[in-house]
Amino acid sequence: MIEIKDLHKSYKTGSNSLHVLKGINFNVAEGELVSIMGSSGSGKSTLLNILGMLDEADSGTYTLDNVPIKNLNEKIAARYRNKFLGFIFQSFNLINYKTALDNVALPLYYQGMKRKERLERAMAYLDKVGLTAWAQHHPNELSGGQKQRVAIARALASDPKVLLADEPTGALDTKTSYEVMDLIQKINEEGRTILIVTHEHDIAEMTKRIVNLKDGVIIDDKKVDQVKAMQYV
Amino acid sequence: MFDLERWEEIFETIRKNKLRTFLTGLSVASGIFILVILLGIGEGMRNGISAEFEQDAANILYVWTGRTSVEYKGLNPGRDIRLKTTDFQTTAKKYENDLEYKSAVYRIWNGVVTYKKESGSYRVEGVLPDYQFLENSSMTNGRYLNYSDHENYEKVVVIGNRVSNDLFKDADPIGKYLEISGINFKVIGVFTDPGGEREENRVYVPLSTGQRVFNGQNYINNMAFTLQSEDNFEAALAASNKFSSELQQFLKEQHTIAPEDNRAININNSLENAKRFYDLMDMIKFFFWGVGICTIIAGIVGVSNIMLIIVKERTKEIGVRKALGAEPLSIVVMVLHESIFVTAIAGLVGLIGSLALLELVGPMIETNFIANPSVDFGVALTTVIILIVAGALAGFFPAYRAARIKPIVALRDE
Repeated sequence: MIEIKDLHKSYKTGSNSLHVLKGINFNVAEGELVSIMGSSGSGKSTLLNILGMLDEADSGTYTLDNVPIKNLNEKIAARYRNKFLGFIFQSFNLINYKTALDNVALPLYYQGMKRKERLERAMAYLDKVGLTAWAQHHPNELSGGQKQRVAIARALASDPKVLLADEPTGALDTKTSYEVMDLIQKINEEGRTILIVTHEHDIAEMTKRIVNLKDGVIIDDKKVDQVKAMQYV
Repeated sequence: MFDLERWEEIFETIRKNKLRTFLTGLSVASGIFILVILLGIGEGMRNGISAEFEQDAANILYVWTGRTSVEYKGLNPGRDIRLKTTDFQTTAKKYENDLEYKSAVYRIWNGVVTYKKESGSYRVEGVLPDYQFLENSSMTNGRYLNYSDHENYEKVVVIGNRVSNDLFKDADPIGKYLEISGINFKVIGVFTDPGGEREENRVYVPLSTGQRVFNGQNYINNMAFTLQSEDNFEAALAASNKFSSELQQFLKEQHTIAPEDNRAININNSLENAKRFYDLMDMIKFFFWGVGICTIIAGIVGVSNIMLIIVKERTKEIGVRKALGAEPLSIVVMVLHESIFVTAIAGLVGLIGSLALLELVGPMIETNFIANPSVDFGVALTTVIILIVAGALAGFFPAYRAARIKPIVALRDE
């Protein structure tokens, strides 16, 4: 699903150049649930941004679902993001003045889907994350866990190839974190490829594979026995 | 345009920022308001000035004489030039087909007019029947002078409204006799003049009678002409300028006046005066447009500022949208849509407000130089187009900035 070869990325700050990614080679097969770990400054967020087409690598190749991702202009990047990727953020990033339902329907809006159809689809995904009753509520009326579940429903709405989650439990307490992870595991079991960036070990343990990043290189990449989040809920 | 989602968003942001939107809208609304009111006043001034010119026939040429100022063919400067009846007759004959109305005027100085015990000093003039139309006078009572009065040297007189009120009070003056410098004249008519009291303060006798009775011989003081009407103002102006210069040349030859002498023969060409006023009006109108547009620009800058703030506030949201697949164009359209909407609504309020004000208050304005200020449909339409363009302009820079927001920057957690 994802193939990355010899990926380099550096940032220029004034006269200094900061080499963040120093040759990443990394493949993800369909249906995997991978966590990317590393301390801050290890380059894990940069990697996720490049995977998410929010940023472009200096060199190296990136192939997503057999589509080479390179030389993107904003318009094409937007289209690819909409088609291939679903984002889950640490701070949820829901749009405050829209209801949960409208938030979930937003990616479908950018696909050009008719309002009636996209609201039906959005409702189905809200149902999947167990928030049917909260469809007409605004984000500020929801708890953190509920917000993240709305965000997950939104990420799923456009039926993407890959879900990219950046510290999805970073703003949640332990119990809620496990609830969210339980949901993510269930979505993965339906066959969807998911990448999670996290620095929490217990969260990483709940994925099927842990990739460790340090100073811009992968130092460790191992399959793990998945801990089911269900047992903590 | 009819995207429900986007309308929803616009109303949402407006609802969240009522005061801010209101103040922004106010600047645009007042801009349009001021523009339309200014244009209305401009139109009113035009109407008012047109009304001023209606006092006399609009294309009147009025000839009077003075003293020569230049020595010519052995004649000293300072000669008094007096027109003669033959000057008038020759001109009338020569331009028979071009002239609409024509009259010579013989002025009787010190015309003390008396009726019984009442008397007053009025301007007494011997004129031809056409003079009624040259002065735009209309009869309130009786009739004006006619050609048989003129040919028969009748001692008849038409008097202005004011004169009638002064001398006859409430009595009917028709058929009564009044004295002009001791000579009896029969009143045959009372006229009114759009020029008001000043022009109703006059007394007219037949030209021939005036010249004979008051020892005028074959002298006249003035000549007044109107030309046949033309299709448009430019043609009329050209014709009257041509006539004016030819007439001047002719009279100079007749009276042996140097061609470069500008004092001896004077011709007041009302069309040329009118043109000067119309040119002035155009300048004022131009100025008003300028002031109005500047006011609107101030409004646009206001809207633009607000939109920039809105874009700034929504940076994160725009980042999210982009991450979810919003193309830059859709972000641009979103911002432009809101800015055009705010400008258009505010502008329409200003437009309707100003139109209502002009409609209600306009007809009440009655001064010398402003009459019925109003704007026509074309102007209203132009301002609406200006509004749309203004809204688009106001939104452009914020929209451009919004489109360039990088999702990676916008989404970075603080």
